[in-house]
Order: sequence, then structure tokens, then C-alpha cells
Amino acid sequence: MVWGALRGLESLSQLVYQDDYGVHYINKTEIEDFPRFPFRGLLLDTSRHYLPLYAIMETLDAMSYTKLNVFHWHIVDDPSFPYQSKLFPDLSNKGAFHPMTHVYTQSDVRRVIEHSRLRGIRVVPEFDSPGHTQSWGRGQPDLLTPCYRGDVPSGTYGPVNPILRSSYVFMAKLLKEVASVFPDSYLHLGGDEVDFTCWKSNPDVRSFMKTMGFGTDFSKLESLYVEYMVNISASLNRTSIVWQDVFDYHEKIPKDTVLEIWKGLPPAYAQEMSRMTQAGYRVLLSAPWYINHIRYGQDWRDSYTVKPLNFSGTETQKRLVIGGEVCMWGEYVDATNLSPRLWPRACAAAERLWSDENQTSSTDEAFPRITNFRCRLLRRGIRAEPLDVGHCQREFQGF
Amino acid sequence: MAALVKIGVLILIAAAVCQGYQDIYDFDGKKLQDTDYVSLWPLPQKVQSSATAFKLSSVNFQIIHAKGSSAGSSCSILQTAFRRYFDYIFGYKKKQNTKWEPKKTFGEAVTQLQVLITSTDSECDGFPDPKADESYELSVDQPAAMLKASKVWGALRGLETFSQLVYEDEYGSRNINKTEVSDFPRFAHRGILLDTSRHYVPLKVILANLDAMAWNKFNVFHWHIVDDNSFPYMSRTFPDLSQQGAYHPYTHVYTPSDVKMVIEFARMRGIRVIPEFDTPGHTQSWGKGQKDLLTPCYSGSTPNGNYGPVNPILNSTYEFMADFFKEVSTVFPDAYVHLGGDEVDFTCWKSNPDITKFMDDHAFGRDYSKLESYYIQRLLDIVSTTSKGYMIWQEVFDNGVKLKPDTLVHVWMNGASGFGEELARVTAAGFNTLLSAPWYLDWISYGQDWEKYYKAEPQDFKGTEQQKKLVIGGEACLWGEYVDATNLTPRLWPRASAVSERLWSDKSVRDVNDAYIRLNQHRCRMIERGIPAEPLFSGYCRHEYKGNL
Repeated sequence: MVWGALRGLESLSQLVYQDDYGVHYINKTEIEDFPRFPFRGLLLDTSRHYLPLYAIMETLDAMSYTKLNVFHWHIVDDPSFPYQSKLFPDLSNKGAFHPMTHVYTQSDVRRVIEHSRLRGIRVVPEFDSPGHTQSWGRGQPDLLTPCYRGDVPSGTYGPVNPILRSSYVFMAKLLKEVASVFPDSYLHLGGDEVDFTCWKSNPDVRSFMKTMGFGTDFSKLESLYVEYMVNISASLNRTSIVWQDVFDYHEKIPKDTVLEIWKGLPPAYAQEMSRMTQAGYRVLLSAPWYINHIRYGQDWRDSYTVKPLNFSGTETQKRLVIGGEVCMWGEYVDATNLSPRLWPRACAAAERLWSDENQTSSTDEAFPRITNFRCRLLRRGIRAEPLDVGHCQREFQGF
Repeated sequence: MAALVKIGVLILIAAAVCQGYQDIYDFDGKKLQDTDYVSLWPLPQKVQSSATAFKLSSVNFQIIHAKGSSAGSSCSILQTAFRRYFDYIFGYKKKQNTKWEPKKTFGEAVTQLQVLITSTDSECDGFPDPKADESYELSVDQPAAMLKASKVWGALRGLETFSQLVYEDEYGSRNINKTEVSDFPRFAHRGILLDTSRHYVPLKVILANLDAMAWNKFNVFHWHIVDDNSFPYMSRTFPDLSQQGAYHPYTHVYTPSDVKMVIEFARMRGIRVIPEFDTPGHTQSWGKGQKDLLTPCYSGSTPNGNYGPVNPILNSTYEFMADFFKEVSTVFPDAYVHLGGDEVDFTCWKSNPDITKFMDDHAFGRDYSKLESYYIQRLLDIVSTTSKGYMIWQEVFDNGVKLKPDTLVHVWMNGASGFGEELARVTAAGFNTLLSAPWYLDWISYGQDWEKYYKAEPQDFKGTEQQKKLVIGGEACLWGEYVDATNLTPRLWPRASAVSERLWSDKSVRDVNDAYIRLNQHRCRMIERGIPAEPLFSGYCRHEYKGNL
């Protein structure tokens, strides 16, 4: 398939080197290659900060150099709604940071998808709900739950209102559009960090809970919402990806739903992987790869030494781990610092997801290769930051 | 004073709101600030503003020398600055290709900014020095605004403030409100340290950051130019230093012309360039081009091929240093030079038998800090003959070296309870002191770390008023282990801006919430001027970064 050819071309280009006279060489080589995990993703967050198209394109280019093959587009969230919807233009008109300058038009989205396709990269959009939806409410009144202070609405809003039929009618229409715009067979529905405070405060919600026999267990209400969402997704012929919160709170999701683990340190997420795979679900690991969390020093080593299959489970269970994602959440990131923060740190996870763990177990051995790779990224126009003291033959000079 | 400023700022915000901006709310229900309100950074000592707005037209606005000014059209610093600031005020408009301007001025307009240098010696053709007068007064009214300063240095600071008072309304016009500003810096030495040894930093990037420094009223560029890893400084007396010691002798060096360019570029912005040639430690790269400069380390009774700090027992060392620093004193015009003196590892000295003999001959016993002091003393004496003052890292003071009274001691270490104790010790001994300890910006962490830089207070130590006056300023340091041109600028800005306000503005200016609002807008302004200053938190700028640096 062409996808293998694309990966092979990349490897071929990495075998080429120049001597001191500038002559290009390649040594007689035989390579047999295939990825350890089929799903090797990178998440960009274009809601906390708008990322201009050139920044996204550059990221896709760099992804192809390191054989990452899924662009997880966390396109909207609380702070802003930059996705310009055909059916619901007010979502971005009222919800984007600026309706003209800080939006992704349909043509922008098509460009991203095609640019990705040519590099063998899938584009999986995430429309996260019911939480993380503040910006949705500005353009879609009555979508979000009105919070109450005592008997009176307080003026603030909470997650999507799960008790109104109109919420599901809207979501179905929106997701239908999303499915028509984004051709990938997977759709990320989010489902993380739902704050129950607002639901609790709302008398209509409380009364709904009573009618449904949920008592005061709001996770049952969330469960109901998520089930509806996953069903909508299924009716659109999409496989759903959801954050682990959905699994942690409920069980009634279709067996082909993919679960993404984002919380915790190794003992915690390893246990989560055991639980999820035991229940028969496919799993994506991103918990150890939140590289928006920066720290002083060579933290690429932390990403590199992750062992995705280090959890107790059968061979069958382990096969349910289909891959992972390196995440660059946007609270402190925009086009001014995206490239240096992503590269080459994301490459550590990229190798972990492609290569054989036995052959790539030493960070000291990896160090010269990743350092070299960083200089290669510079030559290719990617503003990859240094890993340690030193230099590249051709430095980044400032544009 | 702070209250006056707050009221002023509030009135301005109210004025802008009344012009009908769309209110934008963030996910906490908090109103996000649009970027076109006035936003001053660092906050001047005294600002009085009003809701009266004037227009500025790129067609008929001029910055000119006022009648009676001791500076005129021959003043290169001001001529260059006038053009630069005109461009900052109207420049992005040009980029948007709007050539059409109404010939008629709607409403009242400011058509002139007059710059009056009041002192008979404007210092226009000189270099900024430690005692430079950076005070200014700015009066914005129509038809002419007036900027008064004793010296050109104050005029530069005032031009920056003027440009920060200009804002873009929703029609794209430039406006400025009737304002009175009276300003001067709290601390005289406000610096940024860049390290061009751990990674080579191309000239373009140094220059871009000098620009950003000027926007933040920093006035010292501490150029930590060489160190262990590489020696990019091209010396005319000792060309082998960079020939053998740079990462690459052609592509990773600063030629004499590069250095001249940095110094003049900085001078145009009222920024001093203080070079640091750090010895006796941090000198591995020096040994490549200068044989016998570094101490040969021994394993037992034979040299093991490794080298340590500068060899303090050879006369050739001091002959070299004399020639080298003679060159440095002619190349770098600033009154001060930084001599380093930090982190000297004694292991190699201890292993060398010639040094052991020297220690015995001089009755140092086995106290190698005495040897270090011996070296530093001789170095300081050499440098004194070049008529430069010197700055040294705190270890030199801590080790009891005899220092000239005008030595500037640079405090970088945090003791068990912070930097206060060291500041107290150094000032008690009567030395001028610089603070960097809380401002190591290379120590990145997740989240809004600018707040902790903002909160650090240089006079936070137990001492007399006299002692506190000896803290003459501070420097934000961006060490280069993990930094080069790919990430230097976003890592430095706007985090260094937090330090700039701490060093310029009044001690009472400490409200982090107010600072956030102003710093956010200042950051967007830096982006508009072409610097990729990273974000403070979720949000946006009206004009996002276009990828030009």
C-alpha cells in the first residue's frame, strides 16, 4: 500500500548523508520495517489558542518525518470555537476568539485533511462534550445547562444540558456535518472532566434525575448522555474514541469504542490498561506523553522510557493496545512557541510507538540518533529546539 | 501613586469600552481583554490619563526635535529612534496595504511629538553608562505632544512609552489619549544575560532580542560570550581561540564586525553591552586555541590528557590575560567588564604536582580557595590597568578576595532561605550588588511562572537603608544549555518582562492581576512588532504571530 511506500521514502531520505565536500552518499542497506503500533498520534489544541494554518501544516510535515500517522485535532473547547460550521455558523461567529481572523473555514479544514492524506496521516477530530463546551453556548443558546444559585439562575453555564431533547437533536446534526467533513472512520467524542456542580444546582436536572431513578448519582446522568453520543456516532458509521473518564464512570459503551488513557503515573495507568483491556476494549495511551508539561532538562528521556505494554494482562489483552498519542495542550502554547516545544521532544514517543522496544531501550544509545535527527529537522525547516549543549552544521538563523 | 495609576488605567479602559468593543468572555465567565486598549509595561512612576482621545494620522504625524533641544538632526540615536517608533506606531498599517488616509482629520488629532533634550550635553554621541539619566516627562495633548528628557537615554524611554499609549480602534485608526507621564527607573542596572557558548546564537536573533529589550526598558545586555563548550569570540590578538575553540571557525563565530554591530545596535537603544569572559573555571574551550593556558590534570604522577581551570601558577597565563583583556577593553566600550569567577572545580588543581609545590611555596596549605583568590587578585589588577570597572559572580566575594570598592558583585545563588542572606552580606561589606538569583529564566516549568519572577523583590533582605541602596539592579539570565535560536525568543519573552517591571517600576507595583492584564497586551504588542513572545495563558491577540522569526 502507498502508506508503506511513504514510510519507506522517509527512511530512504534518512540514510542519505553528505561528506565534507557536500557530496551525497548512501550506503548499501537492507531494511525491513513495520510499525509496532498502528495508531501513533499527535494532539494539537486549537481552542486554548488559535493556531494559524501554517503552524498546523508545519506540524504535519514534521509528523511525517518521524512516522507519526494520526493528527488528533482537539479543535474546540471551553475558551474558543474556531470551527466554522456549515449548519451552525453562530458557533464560530459567537464562539471563536474572533469570527473572521480566528476561525478554520471549511476550505482550511479540507486543506489540512488533504495535506495530511498526502503524508499518510489520518485526521481524527475531537468535539469534546458534555464538558469543555463553554464556547459552544455562546452560539447555541439553551445547549448548556444553566447553573442555579438557590432558586435563581446565576447567569453562568455548565456542561451540555443532558435532559433536553434539543441537545441531542443539535448534537446529532452537528456530528453528521462533522462526519461529512472529516472522512476518517474514527471520531473522538471527548467525555472528560465533567463537573457535576452545575447539574446539581439545576432544579430541572435534579427532577429529571428523580424521574430516571438516578438518585444523586450524576455519573449515571453523564452515562446516559455519553451513550446517546456514542449511538449517534455509530449511526454515522464512526468508531468512537473517548477519554478514560467515560470508562471509569460507566460501562454501557459499544465494545468497539476506543478508550484513551490520559491520567496518572505508571502504576496508575498500567492498572487502567489492565482493566480496560480485560473488559475487551481497545486502548490508546497518552498519559505519559503530555509534553505540554515542560520542565528543565532532557525530559525527552521520560517520554522515551515509557513501556506501553508493561501491565498485567494476557497476550490477547496486550494486542488491544492499538497505540498512543503525544499531546500538546494549548494553555501555554501558540504559534510563537509550538514548534520548539513539540520538536524534537515528540520524537521520543514517535520512536517508542514505531520501533521494537528491545532494540530501543537505552536513552544513552538513542541520544546521538535523536540529536542528529534534530539537526535534520532544522535542515528541513522545522524549528526544533536543542536537547543539550552543542551545535548543528546549519543552525536556525531566524527567518 | 499606585492608586493614581490604577484610576488612570481604569479610565482608559472605560474609555475604550465606551467605544463599543465586543465584550469577550472566557470559560470562567471572566471578561477577556481585547488587545487595543492602552497598556503600559513597565508601569511608569506616574501616569495621569483621561478619556479624551486624539487621532494620529500616518500622513501628517511627525516626531521632531523641539526648539531649544540640545539634540538635533545630527543626533543619530534620536534620528534612528524617530523612524523606528514611527514604524511601530503606524508600521503594521503599511503591511495591511492601506495607503488611503482621509485628508481631513476627524476630531482632534496629535500631529507632532516634540522631543526636547534639556541638558546641554545630550550624550547623543556617547555610550550609556552606569549613571545614565533615563528620566523623562511626557505630555500628550493636541496638536503637539511633548517629550522632555535631560539626556537622550530618557528620550528613548519616553518614546517607548509614547508608542505604548497609542492604540488601534475598531476602525483601524491610531488613537492616543490625553496623558501626563513622569517617569524614571527604580534601579539603574536592568539587564538580560544571554549565553552564546553552550549554543551559538546567530546575530539576527541577538539583534531581535535587543529590540525586545528596548521595548521593555532593559538597559544592559550581559553577553556571556564564551564558556567551556565553545569560544565564538573572534579575537584579533589570539585568532586561534575561535579558530580552534568555536563549534565551527567560520559559521559559529562572532567577527569583529558582528561585535561592532551588536554594540552599536544596542547603543541606538540606550543599552549597554557588558561582555563576560569567565575565568578561571568555565574555560575548556579556551585551551583548544591557547596551549598551556589550562591546568593539565594528573592521574597519579602522569598527566591524563584532561585539562582543568586556567593554570594560576604560570607567568604565561598572566601575560596572556593582560594582552587579552587589553583587546577586550578596546573592543567593548562599556565602563565595566564581567570577569566571572564562578564554579571553580579544584579537583584538577589538586591533582597537579606543580600546583601542589606552588601551594607549599606560598603557604596556602591545602586551601585551594586561596589559590583561586591569588589568581583572581592578579586578574583584577590586570583589568584595573585597562581602566574598566569589573563585575564578578558572588563566589569571588564569598571566598574573601580583595576587591576594589567599585566592584559589582553578582548574586546568583539561592541559599537555604533564598537570596536575602547573601544580599545582606555583600551590601554589609559595602559593595554594589546585582541580583539574578530568582531570575534564572532557563529554569522552565509548567504554568505561569512569570508570576514568581514578578514577585521577587531585590530589597527583600535584612539591612539598613544604606545597604538597600547598594542593590543597583538585577539581571534575568537565560543560560544556553537547552536554548538556541529555535526557542530563545519565546523562552525569554514575555517572562523577562516580569523582571523588567520589577526593576523599573515603583516597589508598590505588585498586583499580579493588574499585571496580567497589562502584560497580556504588552505581549500581543511584541508579537505585532515581530517577536514570537509566548502566551501567558489561553486567549488570543488581534494580530497573531506570522512566523517571521
